[in-house]
Amino acid sequence: MLVINNLRAKIGEQQILNGINLQVKAGEVHAIMGPNGSGKSTLASVLAGREEYEVTEGEVQFDGKNLLELEPEVRAGEGIFLAFQYPVEIPGVSTINFMKTALNKIRAYRGQQSLDAVAFLQLMKEKMKLVEIDQSLLSRSLNEGFSGGEKKRNEIFQMAMLEPKLAILDETDSGLDIDALRIVANGVNKLRTKNNATIVVTHYQRLLEYIVPDFVHVLYKGKIVKSGGKELAIALEAKGYDWIKNEMAVA
Amino acid sequence: MSTITTDINLTGKIVKAFEAMAGKDEHRQEAFNRFQKFGLPTNKSEEYRFTPIARALEMNFNFDEINSSSAFDSVKEFLIPQLEANVIVFINGFYSKEFSKIISPKNELEISNLKSAIETGEAIPYFEKYLTTKADPFTAMNSAFWQDGIFVRVPAHTKVEKPLLVLHINDATKNESIIHTRLLVVLEEGSELMLIERTASTGANNILHTFAEEIVVKENASLEYVKIQNDEGKLHQVANTMIHQSGGSKLNTFTLTLSGTLIRNNFNIAIDGENCESHFYGLYLLNGNTLADNHTVVDHLKPNSYSNELYKGVMDGNSKGIFNGKIFVRPHAQKTNAFQSNRNILLTDTATINTKPQLEIWADDVKCSHGCTTGQLDEEALFYLRSRGIPEADAKAMLLYAFAKETLGPIKNEILKNYLDGLVSARLNQF
Repeated sequence: MLVINNLRAKIGEQQILNGINLQVKAGEVHAIMGPNGSGKSTLASVLAGREEYEVTEGEVQFDGKNLLELEPEVRAGEGIFLAFQYPVEIPGVSTINFMKTALNKIRAYRGQQSLDAVAFLQLMKEKMKLVEIDQSLLSRSLNEGFSGGEKKRNEIFQMAMLEPKLAILDETDSGLDIDALRIVANGVNKLRTKNNATIVVTHYQRLLEYIVPDFVHVLYKGKIVKSGGKELAIALEAKGYDWIKNEMAVA
Repeated sequence: MSTITTDINLTGKIVKAFEAMAGKDEHRQEAFNRFQKFGLPTNKSEEYRFTPIARALEMNFNFDEINSSSAFDSVKEFLIPQLEANVIVFINGFYSKEFSKIISPKNELEISNLKSAIETGEAIPYFEKYLTTKADPFTAMNSAFWQDGIFVRVPAHTKVEKPLLVLHINDATKNESIIHTRLLVVLEEGSELMLIERTASTGANNILHTFAEEIVVKENASLEYVKIQNDEGKLHQVANTMIHQSGGSKLNTFTLTLSGTLIRNNFNIAIDGENCESHFYGLYLLNGNTLADNHTVVDHLKPNSYSNELYKGVMDGNSKGIFNGKIFVRPHAQKTNAFQSNRNILLTDTATINTKPQLEIWADDVKCSHGCTTGQLDEEALFYLRSRGIPEADAKAMLLYAFAKETLGPIKNEILKNYLDGLVSARLNQF
């Protein structure tokens, strides 16, 4: 589904990604771990199409298409979804209106008919249950005044509504207490099918106790320096990132 | 081309036009003298620094044409759909009996020709009382040249159930048009009126339209006043509006500026009574080469009143926005609450905004604030919406609508609100 070859990117003059190689197939969950500043969020942003980052080399294929050429909205139509580390507060835009517009634009892109108000509300109710989000939250302005946990739940709610092929969760666990973490992780797990894939970007192993990855990759200085199964995450938790740093220093 | 000689040329043209005018009286002569004393404002006049009106008049107008006739066979496209309203239509500055229609009973809404109301003495107590020829060069010009106008009176303790829509339609298809219109509205004690004023221009020639509008809101009366400025033609407009509020009166105003070549609104509110409440709102959404200049004054003359001014603007293309908001709190006006805010978004590098809030307070026990902001569209918010599949243009319109819609807040009439909402959305989708 996703093939990343030798991806290099910078912001301003600062080189952040230094040749990433990664393959993600349908049905898989990949975790990308790494110390602060290793380039985890940059990778997520580049995949979603954030314009501040300049790709200097390499390519990204998504279902055979050159992802890097596509506008962010086209990527969304193709099935990429980024759950933001810091979801943006947008006063004056109601969450429901926003969701309806987004869903129908994506449906149009995929050649599906628009949902009418009744069908939309029905779908919304169904997906709300999945992430245990309250309707009163959704009638408010988008993320405005939401707590950290509410914002993250809203991200997963949007993901449930838009049914992406590839979901990228950028530090979704940051700022969550254990209950919120469980709810968010449950939502993600219920949305897993053999046809979609998930990339979980995280600093801590904690989230991976709930969303169990098939593969774990360690990102350091803009490169994947170690890959393995879920046991790699456990080893990291026990030994800390210094283990990787030291190993790299020796090499 | 030297500025001085052309200035003389322009003034000379206007003097000629005045000399050629029939039916002058002493009053008009005095007003014209006043206008000559003022002269046309150049970029050296503080109040017109950013609005090069003299240059625009000089380049575009001859002042020697008779206003062109118009061949409108319907004004339907200028009405507000579904809104049951009293309609007064001016075409090229003259009242049109054919297109005007009053549906409210006479004991609710009295409308007469302003010239006749001055002759009968009915309008005399108010005419040029609060808006004098000394206010601005263009009030003097209007007083010297005005062609037609209406006098509206709402009797005491009367609610006018249907809004009053005043349409000014200008047709400059054949030649340039120079129009001076007056409006005098009196809301007697405890009365209620909703007044909508709309200008619409067509034709490829230049139009100069000045307005002198005097509105008297007496004790405990309530006025909703909406101006829609959406002129396709080459309109140069200077509107001087003065609303005088007495004790306990309520005021809601909203000015929507979308199109025109040069639009200058001198909008003044005198709060001359206690326990008044005024909401003073405006929205300008500009593109192309439109220049829109809102000069506003809120003058608190008496204690214990509240005013809240909110003007917002979005500038695209080479458009130019100007906001100047003055709040005066006079020495006796203790316990005044006065707020002002002006917020702007610039969408291009070539669009500009000049904003200047001014607060002058002589009383010591008041709550006042003012502020202005200018920025670009929030890129982070734009990316968030796009990452959810919403195309850039729609995402932009969504964010701009969220920014703009607050200014529609005070409008109570749902039909009008929806109509304005539609005009706003249509414009935002062009950005």
